[in-house]
Formats: sequence, C-alpha cells, structure tokens
Amino acid sequence: MNEKEVIEVIGAVLHRIAPEADLALVDPDSELQEQLDIDSMDFLNVVIGLHERTGIDIPERDYRQVSTLHGLVGYIVARSD
Amino acid sequence: MPSLGADMESGTIVEWHVKPGDTVQRGDIIALVATEKSDIEVEVFDNGAVREILVPVGQEVAVGTVLARLGDSAEPSVGPSSPPDSSPPVVPPSTPAPVIPAPRPQPTERRVISPLIRHRAEELGVDIDHVVGSGQGGAVHRSDVESAAATGKLASGFVRASPRARRRASELGIDLAGLVGSGPDDSITEADVERTVPSEVAQPTVEPLAKPDIRGDGNQKAAMRRAIASLMERANREIPHYYLNTTIDLQPALDWLAATNIERPVAERIIPTAMLLKATARAAREVPDLNGFWVEDHVEQSGSVHLGVAISLRGGGLIAPAILDADKCTLVELMVRLRDLVSRARSGVLRASEMSAPTITVSNLGDQGAEAVYGVIYPPQVALIGFGKIVERPWAHEGMLGVRPVVTATVAGDHRASDGHVGGLFLAAVDRLLQRPEEL
Repeated sequence: MNEKEVIEVIGAVLHRIAPEADLALVDPDSELQEQLDIDSMDFLNVVIGLHERTGIDIPERDYRQVSTLHGLVGYIVARSD
Repeated sequence: MPSLGADMESGTIVEWHVKPGDTVQRGDIIALVATEKSDIEVEVFDNGAVREILVPVGQEVAVGTVLARLGDSAEPSVGPSSPPDSSPPVVPPSTPAPVIPAPRPQPTERRVISPLIRHRAEELGVDIDHVVGSGQGGAVHRSDVESAAATGKLASGFVRASPRARRRASELGIDLAGLVGSGPDDSITEADVERTVPSEVAQPTVEPLAKPDIRGDGNQKAAMRRAIASLMERANREIPHYYLNTTIDLQPALDWLAATNIERPVAERIIPTAMLLKATARAAREVPDLNGFWVEDHVEQSGSVHLGVAISLRGGGLIAPAILDADKCTLVELMVRLRDLVSRARSGVLRASEMSAPTITVSNLGDQGAEAVYGVIYPPQVALIGFGKIVERPWAHEGMLGVRPVVTATVAGDHRASDGHVGGLFLAAVDRLLQRPEEL
C-alpha cells in the first residue's frame, strides 16, 4: 500500500470510532489521540480495525511510534507489501 | 415505563418486539424505549404471556406508567377490549427507583382505531397492532395501514439506529427501515439519513435543511444537558459528599499487563482501565458500605456489584450504564464487556438492566484528562470512584527513588451512608488488589 491508500484505510477505521474526525484537519506531527480526543479504548479499536483491514498488528511496545498520523502511516506503509 | 437511570422522567416507545399472545421469558427484550440520552432495550421481568399492550409506539409516558399487561402463559390472550384484570404490569423492577418519586400509573391513552380502519387492515392482511400510527397519540389512519401493507414495514421490524438518526429521519419524513446502516453493528447513523435526502431537494433549500439539523442537534444536546443538570443539582443538594484520594503505584499492574498482552491476539488485548474497574469491583465487594443505595433514611447495601461506568459521548454528554456482576467476571470478560458497553453507549442502544442497575459508579478520565477527579455521586448510589490519567512520577519504592507510572484514585462518598474511614479502607483495597494483578 502507498501512503494515500493507508490514509484512506485509517480514515475508514476512524470513521467508525470518531465519525466527526477529519484526517484532513489533523496535524500529522502531533499526537493523534489528543487531537481527535480519543481514549485508550478508542485507540485499541483503531489498532484492531487496522489489523482487520491490513493484517498488520501493532504491538503495544510500538504504540509510541504510531502516536502521530505521520508515524502511523509510515509504520503501516513500511510493513505492507 | 421503567426508570432507566435516576435522571429519567419519561420515555417514548420506539418499537414493540412483542404482541398480545406472545409468550415471553424473563430477560427477553420486549420493547425499545427512547430517552433523552439513549435508546434502551427493555427486558421483561417475569415469564408469561403478553396480554395487552397499553402504550403505543410513538407515545411518551412518565416513569411508572404501565406499558403492557402480562398474564399466565397458559391463559389465552385477551383482546384489547377486555376489562382490566389483576395481572401484573410489565414494569421491570427498577432497583434504584424507590428514590425517584415514581408517579402513580396513569391511565394511558388508548390507540384510536376505527372499525373502518380495522376492516381495511383485515382486507390487506395487515396486523393492526403493529402498524405505526401517524395520528395524535399514535392513532392509526387509513394511510398508515395502506402504507404498511405496501411496504411490509411494521412497527415490530427492528431497526438499529442512533437517536440522532431517528430524530433526523422523522424531521425529513424518511423511513429508517429502508436504509442501510454504516455505524457500529450496522446501525443507521445521522449521516446515513442525510445521504438519502434527494439532491434536488437539498440543493435549492440549503438553508432550511441546514437549520433543522443544527436545531435538532442542539435540542438533543440541550435535553441531555438538562437531564444531567437536574440530576447533579439534586445530588449536590441532597448528598453531603466527602472526598478522599490516594496515589497508587501501577508499575506491577502495567508490567503484568504488557507481558500478558504480548501473548494475546490484538482483539483480546486488555487496557489498564479494565484493571482499574476490576480492582474497584472487587473492593466494592470487600467494603460493601459504599456499594448500594440511600433509601429514605438508611443505606441499603447491594448483594451484587453492578459497576457503573461513566462514558462520555462524542459530541457531548455523559451516560453511566453498568457492567453487571463486575466483581465475578474475569479480567478478560470484563474487558470484552467494557468494549461492548462503550460501543453500544455510543451507537445509542443500551439495555434497561444496564441503565437501572449501577450500585457504584466509576469515572475514569482516561488518557487526555486531569490527574484526579472528585466526582458527584449519582443518586441514589452512595459513592463514586474516580481515576485520573496514568502519569510517570518520581516514586520511592523499598528505599529507592525511581520513576514509576502512578494513578490517583479518589472516593466521593455519601457521608450519610459512610464515614471517611470506610472510604479509606476502600482505596486501600483498590491499591492492594492492583499490586497483585495476576490475581484480579
């Protein structure tokens, strides 16, 4: 997947959790959870949703790497074929 | 109409899932009720057969109003014209209800169905009891019967939709049954409703369409705000609160959690909140003075721990349904039920037992919030437990200073029901339980 496709997947997953969230308005380099006002339960649901759609599992020890939109997109792109 | 939370004064029947003559078993979901906060599935409290439905779809009635009558399942069902009998009203026993001055059951408005319309329904093979009436008090018009026959859409067809979607659909005159939902569990969202608005209607009337939307949203927010306001006003007026806090070292709990989560498939991972809730539920069993209700002039301890969880709704508002018997389920079960509860609270369908049950409530501010929350007790409960966000702080452990993850736990206690000493015991129990996470 390329960057654009990954962003689309993230947007679709987020829509189910925070329907009003608009990725276009997100600062890609600051904390995603804080900007979207989502808690740890919501974030786990994002991780589960991404796993369902891409097969990529983000273990908890990597959560820091994916805390921004930039980091999350890069993480998925690097691990998808 | 059961009391589905202490702040509820009335409810509107959205759907009946049963009709006269149906056999029901305790726990069956018999109706969907809309309240200011959420749509709630109402369970029946006893086994038997539905004899009579007294409140039609669409009618708003006060808490305490008899919704339907239940009889022995062996007896034949009776028609709506039979005289009232002594069979018990189908009002689930609402545990905390005694404190709410439940109005006397009021005579409910009967649905007006003329013989002509009955006849037309028979001709068309439509079950008149399931036709949604568009008239006053749910009165059924000839057009209702004919449109039910044409579309096959009856009141009993269950449509999962958020309260906002329902409101928007009714504003726009759209039938929810025809829509495909994109929300959780395929429930219909407001956006799904908006999408069905034909563009030729939408374009020339952008203003009028935009305005009801804002107004609808504002109305719902305002209604929820009023419900919260009146409950909190009452809580602060009636309950002499006392507050305690303690800071708890979470290093052992989080280490254990990280190790177990590595082994788990992503969908079964446990979040720290689930551990905090589990420890609270166990502490509530150990220190029962904080687990129960204030009734008139004394505390009634509850034999069960139904843990209320304050869930903030996106777009504003708060709802606090319960995880039933939270002290008895395993940590994994509690996590599964918490995920389910949060998702249903946000999609807008909760069960009556979850709304009326909480014996003690937890407010967890989560990752983005403050370090401590000193809450307001939900009457008639007698305590509210708060957890702030987990933060890293310098911490002395076995004579050494290190940096550890800690959380501030608080008790807001009802001083009529307990003293600070009991609240202290409660927090000590939570702390102790969190130091041995593998036993939770």
